[in-house]
Amino acid sequence: MKALVWNGTNDVRVERVPDPTILNGRDAIIKVTTTAICGSDLHLLNGYIPTMQAGDILGHEFMGEVVEVGERKYPAEESATASSCRSRLPAAGASSASGSSGRCCDNSNPNAWMAEKLYGYSTSGLFGYSHLTGGYAGGQARYARAVRGCRSAQDAATV
Amino acid sequence: MKKPAPKKEQPHDLRNKYRGRRTMGVCLGRRGPNRLRHQTTEGSIAVGRGAAAAGTALIYRGATGHCHPYAAAGINTAADEDDTKRALAGPRGVNVEDSVTINASPEELYVFWRNFELLPRFMAHLVEVRQIDVRRSHWVAESTGRTNRRVGRRDHQRSSWRSDWLADAAWLRRGQRRLRPLQGGARQSRLRGPGPASVRSTRRKGRRHHRLDARPRPARAIHEDLRRFKQLMETGEVPTTKGQPRGRK
Repeated sequence: MKALVWNGTNDVRVERVPDPTILNGRDAIIKVTTTAICGSDLHLLNGYIPTMQAGDILGHEFMGEVVEVGERKYPAEESATASSCRSRLPAAGASSASGSSGRCCDNSNPNAWMAEKLYGYSTSGLFGYSHLTGGYAGGQARYARAVRGCRSAQDAATV
Repeated sequence: MKKPAPKKEQPHDLRNKYRGRRTMGVCLGRRGPNRLRHQTTEGSIAVGRGAAAAGTALIYRGATGHCHPYAAAGINTAADEDDTKRALAGPRGVNVEDSVTINASPEELYVFWRNFELLPRFMAHLVEVRQIDVRRSHWVAESTGRTNRRVGRRDHQRSSWRSDWLADAAWLRRGQRRLRPLQGGARQSRLRGPGPASVRSTRRKGRRHHRLDARPRPARAIHEDLRRFKQLMETGEVPTTKGQPRGRK
């Protein structure tokens, strides 16, 4: 697929990259229909936001159509876990990996330790907005992977 | 030059109780006298006085670490703790504690936690845990295999284990998790406990010494393990970006 890739300060290019795949059982693949360039993308472009890496795909404001969802089956021993996975996320656009739910702010950032070290607390995970916020590939691309921290695959399928 | 006086030998250690039990003894001991203050009827005052007397004995037991009934029976539970310190070859060993608040009941968490085979899902340094029988499980940590014996599992509030032997790898010899519900009836649990730590091995005077590495890395590893456990229990998965598309560089 084609995606907008950050290669360094003031150096972004549209490149061909591999298509996203389901990595967790509750992921969904979104075919992006509309995407935006935000003013805060300029902070990534000019190097103001740290922890960007060459090859990162940009884009944290986008919407689209769900074209694939992951397996949602859980082994019997995890039934307690599965029952506690009720999504309390607002039905807002899929602009961030977490929306406004406190639970997802806690749980959606794989690099939370970075943010804790810098700010004293962690932000949620965000699409296409540096590794400080999880390093998720963004939505200025043909396809994007939406994660469970954002919304359940079932919720995403109803968008 | 005057030679420094040799260190005075410590008096014989009267303690015969493991420190965990001493703490518990003090906690129980405090309950007795407190209870007396709340009694109203004659019968209950007698019960309360009995509890106060028993409590005082427990306070003595907890404060001194010496228990006469244990001594009479020849029981010495203090050896458990001392053995661990000796194995870690440090003056006190290293105790790392951390906690996390999880939006689930202790019972829910314990259903997951008691199944040791699921621990590698959120403990990064664990490769595999295989249950051998009811009491024993085989733990493979990073590239080192070792056998751990699970001991002391009492109820859903607590799960603990103890390794059969300590070598050169990544686990504390003893570990414990406590699941404690928060006040106010909220469906939240606080999880505390030590976790992985690295052991530094040095050779001194021809003997090999093992020392737990207390630098920040083990503490952060514990913190990240707890964070992953919270993620797993609250959302059903641990978030990852490994394997996602990237640009050419």
